[in-house]
Amino acid sequence: MPISENTREQMREIAARYPSARSALLPMLHLAQSEEDEITTDGINACAEVLDITPAEVTAVATFYTMYKREKVGKHHIGVCINTMCGLLGGDAVWDAVVEATNGSNNATTPDGEFFLERIECQAACTHAPVMTVDWEFMDDVTPSSAVEVLDKLRRGEQVQSTRGPVIRDFEATEHTLAFPDDGLADAPSVDDKMLAGLRIAKEQGMQGGNA
Amino acid sequence: MATPLTPVITEYWDRPDLYTLDGYRAVGGYQALEKALRTDPDDIIAQVKDAGLRGRGGAGFPTGMKWSFVPQGDGKPHYLVVNADESEPGACKDIPIMMANPHALVEGVIITSFAIRANHAFIYIRGEVPNAIRKVEFAVKQAKEAGLIGTNIMGSGFDLEVVVHSGAGAYICGEETALLDSLEGYRGQPRLKPPFPAVAGLYASPTVINNVETIANIPYIVDRGVDWFRQFGTEKSPGFKVFAVSGHVKRPGIYEAPLGITMRELLDYAGGMRDGSEVKFWLPGGSSVPLLTAEHLDLPLTYEAMAEAGTMLGTGTPMVFDQTVSVVKAVTRWLEFYKHESCGKCTPCREGTYWITGVLEKFEHGHGQQSEMDTLVDLCGQISGRSFCALGDAAATPYPSALKYFREEFEAATHTSADDQFDPIASYVFAGVGAR
Repeated sequence: MPISENTREQMREIAARYPSARSALLPMLHLAQSEEDEITTDGINACAEVLDITPAEVTAVATFYTMYKREKVGKHHIGVCINTMCGLLGGDAVWDAVVEATNGSNNATTPDGEFFLERIECQAACTHAPVMTVDWEFMDDVTPSSAVEVLDKLRRGEQVQSTRGPVIRDFEATEHTLAFPDDGLADAPSVDDKMLAGLRIAKEQGMQGGNA
Repeated sequence: MATPLTPVITEYWDRPDLYTLDGYRAVGGYQALEKALRTDPDDIIAQVKDAGLRGRGGAGFPTGMKWSFVPQGDGKPHYLVVNADESEPGACKDIPIMMANPHALVEGVIITSFAIRANHAFIYIRGEVPNAIRKVEFAVKQAKEAGLIGTNIMGSGFDLEVVVHSGAGAYICGEETALLDSLEGYRGQPRLKPPFPAVAGLYASPTVINNVETIANIPYIVDRGVDWFRQFGTEKSPGFKVFAVSGHVKRPGIYEAPLGITMRELLDYAGGMRDGSEVKFWLPGGSSVPLLTAEHLDLPLTYEAMAEAGTMLGTGTPMVFDQTVSVVKAVTRWLEFYKHESCGKCTPCREGTYWITGVLEKFEHGHGQQSEMDTLVDLCGQISGRSFCALGDAAATPYPSALKYFREEFEAATHTSADDQFDPIASYVFAGVGAR
């Protein structure tokens, strides 16, 4: 479907943030993806037109970055970290459980169109291993059963809260946030016990720390 | 006596409103900015130089020196770019800083921009962490509304625009010149150096690229002074560090401590190893630094001591693995990562990561050949120092250090798979709980 004029206007708005318009290409592609659930030829053409570069130049960029998908992502993107820390601490079992529960496979949308599964690389949350993401929001410290429970809830349309982030929306909404990060959700709880581990010990033991 | 923890950047993380301007101001936030704007920019650069702050992104380059490389009075626009692309396996400290204390980063950005005479700053955050991106965006927006970003900031005559930029999933963009290409809207591939970014960086203009934690240190240094900063750490590694301890420890998490604390002390703060477990190997800062063993636990975590032990402090985010983990499997997984993330620009890295990974996977499945243990050493030698950027060097790092300490495991992998040598379930952190 051709990208709407409204979206093109938003693309121009993103381009205006930068001294050089082309810098806007990554967030613009996120915006295109939020509208089409994947990077389509229409999305590429719209970016090219707004920036006055060729579709080939946009395609070269779109195919370089793993977050841009060339196949429709279902309602939710599900990532399971399988890098060494998460994978060996249990992420491998989480991945197996997710695949089994959804009949899915890596880098593909599940047969019911609900989820896009991806074996993701380090999510910068090794202290919270094994880590899963739903629409790129953190679901920390998962187990195979807790991961499947999250999927079940999402399928039933029930509310799912990110462990360090907002209530889960959907893939499109996250992609929109990446283009326009002022999404009104900055008050989402984001600090947990593991992030406070050292601070609490310092307080309990009266360590003067930085104020010494 | 054990080295005490020193919460500075993390000091008020238990305040639920710290991410807001009011919350940050209530604990002294933006006082440093006021002070900085009344100071000569060159004096701020000198102060950061004297403090000896070293880059917290992995390389440990002296921050003040980096700033001083920017030519002043050259008539060109200057740029500050914050590298918030934290993607190094094991590194998990910048994302927490941005989610818990985003204004420390924003205040640091404003002060740094003022010091290097940049009127435009960019915070390049990896796209896979929308929750960090929205927090930083919110902090920037609040700072703008309060007149801390924009034109004539606090009547100083200094103007600054700050843009929060989302990446799109490419580890290579943590390499500073690849990040610049990405930020210019291209494939993120590294540039030839020289020229260095301080001379020709973003849009071919003088550019400083600093890590999130580095910039978050700046307000505290400006506010409290060089002597205060230097009372922590060592002569060559002054200050404190947001350590993120992960792995088979009882309380993985964030522990801010002076540089020079030992891994054993950090382990104690983290509750020690989980029950019935002992340290098999650990890495001081990401998968790109050589691994160490239990015999290295008493070394100070400083740039110099880690270098002396044949490794690097890196991102200062120790990963600790116990005796249940197959080093062959761990290393293979890291190489699969480097293979996936190699940008393809140079041949040694593009081809080499494929070859190493292919041979390592044979070992993981118990089909390695004795002679291939040396072939791999050779392969790593062909990549290290011969690649276009540090990603190739990093990819050539895990195997040689693993072989050095665990040769017998690779020998066993010529006939027995990693999973048969080490039951994978034993290394799960939820063994028995919710496992299927």
